[in-house]
Amino acid sequence: MRKTSRLPNLRNLGVALRILIIANAALMLGAFVLSDGIETFLYQLTSISTFAQPTLLVCLFLLYSCYNFLNKTSYRQAIAFIFILITLGTTAVHGFFSQFWIFSDLPSLPRMLVYAWIIGAIILYYFNLHHRAYSPAITEARLQALQARIRPHFLFNSLNAVLSLIRDQPKQAETALEDMADLFRVLMAENRELVPIAQEIALCRQYLALEKLRLDERLNVEWLIDDVPPDILIPPLLLQPLIENAVYHGIEPLIGGGTITVQVYTKRNEVHLILKNPYTAQSKHHNGNNMALKNIKERLTLHFDLEASLKSKQVNDTYEVHITLPNQQQKTNG
Amino acid sequence: MVNYANLNILIADDEAPARNRLRTLLGDIENIRVVAEAKNGRELLDIINRSQSEQTSTDIVLLDIRMPEMDGIETAQHLQKLPKPPAVIFTTAYDTYAIKAFDMNAVDYLLKPIRIERLQTALQKARVLLPNQLEALAPLSPKRSHLSISERGRILLVPISDVIYLRAELKYITVRTAEREYLIEESLAHLEQEFSNLFTRLHRNCLAANAYILGYEKRNQDEHAEKQWVALLKHVPETITVSRRQQHLIRQNML
Repeated sequence: MRKTSRLPNLRNLGVALRILIIANAALMLGAFVLSDGIETFLYQLTSISTFAQPTLLVCLFLLYSCYNFLNKTSYRQAIAFIFILITLGTTAVHGFFSQFWIFSDLPSLPRMLVYAWIIGAIILYYFNLHHRAYSPAITEARLQALQARIRPHFLFNSLNAVLSLIRDQPKQAETALEDMADLFRVLMAENRELVPIAQEIALCRQYLALEKLRLDERLNVEWLIDDVPPDILIPPLLLQPLIENAVYHGIEPLIGGGTITVQVYTKRNEVHLILKNPYTAQSKHHNGNNMALKNIKERLTLHFDLEASLKSKQVNDTYEVHITLPNQQQKTNG
Repeated sequence: MVNYANLNILIADDEAPARNRLRTLLGDIENIRVVAEAKNGRELLDIINRSQSEQTSTDIVLLDIRMPEMDGIETAQHLQKLPKPPAVIFTTAYDTYAIKAFDMNAVDYLLKPIRIERLQTALQKARVLLPNQLEALAPLSPKRSHLSISERGRILLVPISDVIYLRAELKYITVRTAEREYLIEESLAHLEQEFSNLFTRLHRNCLAANAYILGYEKRNQDEHAEKQWVALLKHVPETITVSRRQQHLIRQNML
């Protein structure tokens, strides 16, 4: 999730991965400097790794477990605590290894500490830079630029459908206009915070009610969402643009219409959203579809970094979009 | 200029509310008769064919652009094959490309939701599309779903998916389906380009539909000539000779 604090989210998979990559790159650089050939390089690398990898993992674990506490302090305090944790972790690992005489080439404790501090400092500096590049202001500007836009095609066709109802079925026209108002309220809002999935599903139903007005029995939707906790948090307008695409590319080109299937389920710590629609080879406007998918992908990255993914594939006559994101639920106290 | 008294109008739109809306608006205009409504281009052409035999003419068609089965642009292209084609007014909700194309070629179009005043002016100046206007609109509907043949004042539609092969013969192209043959006046090169994903050129003068090619066989055409590769086709007894230049296709298919 996007953060307002300057501290990297130490419980995020992407952050942990980046720490591992930077630390190992630093180790390799160290081994390279200390060696004069490929053999000595490999030897140096293994001997450094013997002590460095456990230290790295212990430190990562300590940081992971203390993240909640660190998050409550100021950035400066947090940095100080991180260095204390690194010192503790390194000392503990050193103490453990020094008990065994077989590790004869164990470096001295001060040397290991200096290594650990340097690598820690590099990583913190990297995250500081990363944070500035993805500062909330910039992230929000990008999220706003990526705001899902409804197809004008839909707007004008829906208005046309409502106009056709006004004379004969004023009640239905009223409902349709109310649905449209709700839909556009959400579309024009500043959609930057995560929303409960129930809210997004309700929005999709209103959208589909409007499409049903135009397409009538040609549009069928199957919802497979029985076991979904309603308070799972997802980026707003994650499903609606996908369903809109499915209607435009999957249903409208079919003379007899078709069925869109929306499936949501949770598995372990992940939420899976699967959307299927009929695929027609005739569909000519593929660019529009790719634009929408790219947009959603980018928003997922801004919200969840590497922990979310979007895949799309076409199997025979079905087009499928599969989104995976971390399971975050709304806290009951607010 | 179309005579404003007793205009016969046809509506084609895939959305029922859009058709209702047009019918309501047209009902408010005098001297107009909505003859029929169609859910797509194919249906519209069927209706026109039927009315042709009943000696009633259609003066104006209101054509939605985005329709399943056969879109508005393709429908307008087929309509040109009629001895007396009706005037065409396109309707569309929103399509930047289409609107640009229409503006450039001064083709009449109505933007949905349609205003009655706008509809009235469009009906007053409705006229038959010119061939070059249609040609300019062709890129909006790059692949036709049907081939059309004009026969005794009617339009015969052959779905592309029914075509087994296309063979160039002198001025015409023979269109072969399982039931019969048709003659159309088009260029084989153009057809090859348009349906490149569906047809393969087996010979200088012949395109065969990939879906109907059963396989290939080496045969003696006559006793003295050397053996030649031929393609066997579904539903029809005749075979198509694969020219030497295209024989790499056979190898690709056998892998």
